[in-house]
Amino acid sequence: MSKTYERREFLADLVKFPCATLLLGVSGPIKALASAGNEYQASEHNYAMGVQIEKCIGCGKCVEACKIENDVPMEPYYFRTWVERYIIYTDGEVSVDSPNGGINGFPPVESDKDILRTFFVPKLCNHCENPPCVQVCPVGATFKSQDGVVLVDDDYCIGCRYCIQACPYGARFLDPRTHTAGKCTFCYHRITEGLLPACVEICPTQARIFGELDKLSTPLNRMMRQSNIQVLKAHMNTEPKVFYSDLDGEVR
Amino acid sequence: MNPAHQAQLEAALQQVTGFIYPNEAELHWSILVVIYPYITGLVAGAFILASLEKVFKVKDLQPTYRLALLTALAFVFVAPIPLQAHLGHPERAFEIFLTPNPSSAMAMFGFVYAWYLMVVLLLEIWFEFREDMVRWRQQSRGLKKLFYWLISLGSRDVSPGAVAFDHKAVYAITILGIPSAFLLHGYVGFIFGSVKANPFWSSVLMPIVFLFSAIVSGISLVLILYYITTLLRRKTLDQKCLNALAAFLFYALIIDLSLESLDFIHRLYESEESIEILAELIFSKLFISLAIVQILLGTIGPLLLLAFALFTGLPNELKRLAFFIAAIFVQVGIFSTRWNVVIGGQLFSKSFRGLTAYKLELGGQEGLLTALGLLILPFIILYVLLKLFPPWDDARTDTKPTEG
Repeated sequence: MSKTYERREFLADLVKFPCATLLLGVSGPIKALASAGNEYQASEHNYAMGVQIEKCIGCGKCVEACKIENDVPMEPYYFRTWVERYIIYTDGEVSVDSPNGGINGFPPVESDKDILRTFFVPKLCNHCENPPCVQVCPVGATFKSQDGVVLVDDDYCIGCRYCIQACPYGARFLDPRTHTAGKCTFCYHRITEGLLPACVEICPTQARIFGELDKLSTPLNRMMRQSNIQVLKAHMNTEPKVFYSDLDGEVR
Repeated sequence: MNPAHQAQLEAALQQVTGFIYPNEAELHWSILVVIYPYITGLVAGAFILASLEKVFKVKDLQPTYRLALLTALAFVFVAPIPLQAHLGHPERAFEIFLTPNPSSAMAMFGFVYAWYLMVVLLLEIWFEFREDMVRWRQQSRGLKKLFYWLISLGSRDVSPGAVAFDHKAVYAITILGIPSAFLLHGYVGFIFGSVKANPFWSSVLMPIVFLFSAIVSGISLVLILYYITTLLRRKTLDQKCLNALAAFLFYALIIDLSLESLDFIHRLYESEESIEILAELIFSKLFISLAIVQILLGTIGPLLLLAFALFTGLPNELKRLAFFIAAIFVQVGIFSTRWNVVIGGQLFSKSFRGLTAYKLELGGQEGLLTALGLLILPFIILYVLLKLFPPWDDARTDTKPTEG
């Protein structure tokens, strides 16, 4: 027995089909629109880091977190970030150390001399605005990304090490496994997903502040407004983008 | 990871004095990078010596003209090998040609090198030897005949007009070649002199100092080679030629020493932030290689010896011996100069708070044996070149063809 197509059903379908078709048709662009909001746009960012010297306790957790997160060789000759300890004695003598990059903290001071002041200085690539390492790379394997991060293309680096010579901060090394230049990337794989660099995330005293340089209402900018800001080796005109608050003149 | 390399780094870390940045335990430019400027210096120096005869008409130097050209060629073939061997990824070296970064001093190496080898040296040598190549082809048989035919590009015209054109071409290429030789080695100096992060290297004088030390090294090498090859061939040394070589070596040494002194005094007088660590470096780790070998044995000693031999009435035989000994010491001094620049420039921390160490390995890709091999290789190439293209005047006259 065949069922006849009732007028009521026909009218109902007349409404249903176009709606379904419309929904199907629009869902693609809607999805695209929705994801466009989340897709990473490098040109919209300009990253930098602030380091508050007075907050660093030299625990070395940042060094450890960096090595684990970025698979940096554990041997004590390869660091994307490290911590230096400065001890300034009353007689003016300055002593600096960074045993194994400070990854296990620091041993007690053994000198009997009177100490004027001590402090820790976390160091990393300064992601210079005017990076000498990028200038000298013969093949353009090291470059400054649109979001202001200095990166190395491992598949392109020829391992000539000119960039290591050109960096005034000792921030680069030659990775013994890949034979290419290694350095801090501000944890590029994390920051492009909206996360913080590992060293910033783990710091127990929030001595490191990561953020946007060009946006006013960020913790980084607040720190830069409220502190006395210095950069390392300013006379080199590399325009570093790691900003230190209350940095001592002895630090190089 | 290479365990030997790790052990070496551990040993280096033990020898650190003061504070260095943790990444500075590894010294990055090894003995191979010392050899590179040493060899290019010899190339540029030998070529400039050759051009003295051609362009500046120093006729006394004529016996060494062709020898100097072939020496430059033998060494220029080897010049890029140490660089290539030193790369972490030698197989990617061609990227320097394909996608050079225009802001990089190093990226220009391939072009400067190719220009010098192809346009200057090979072309000049080809025109200089063309007439002889045609004759050697006529006189030889089998493979050798084929070789001369190929290498002379099938050329067979030895008419006075064609030979006159050869001479003109050689003259023109030499004129182009002098600034090119200056470029080749001045450029090497620039690679170091432009590194602002390194106060030991960073100096506007660096290319000029490199250049004059190159001239010194080239003249002394040709002097040594002329001396040895002539004795081995049981011919007599041309005293006028040796006197001229020694005189040019003497004057070039004076300019070289003056420039080095100017650099030294300038640094001392300006006394910048780095002066203390550089002074410590020079008086500790570099004392023997810089003060003793480079300056005393490699510069002042030969200067005194040359002055004594040139300007006193020494018998010719003693004179020649004095020139030869002075030239040997100059070579040792120049190698030391390259060592002090390249290795010395990496022995202090950029924190200016400590010194590191360099331990030369015996074997391995960047070891002493590789280095020695690379230093011997140009002499082997030169031996082959001298066999194929005898640069001696007697080789030319002895083999005059019977037909025109």
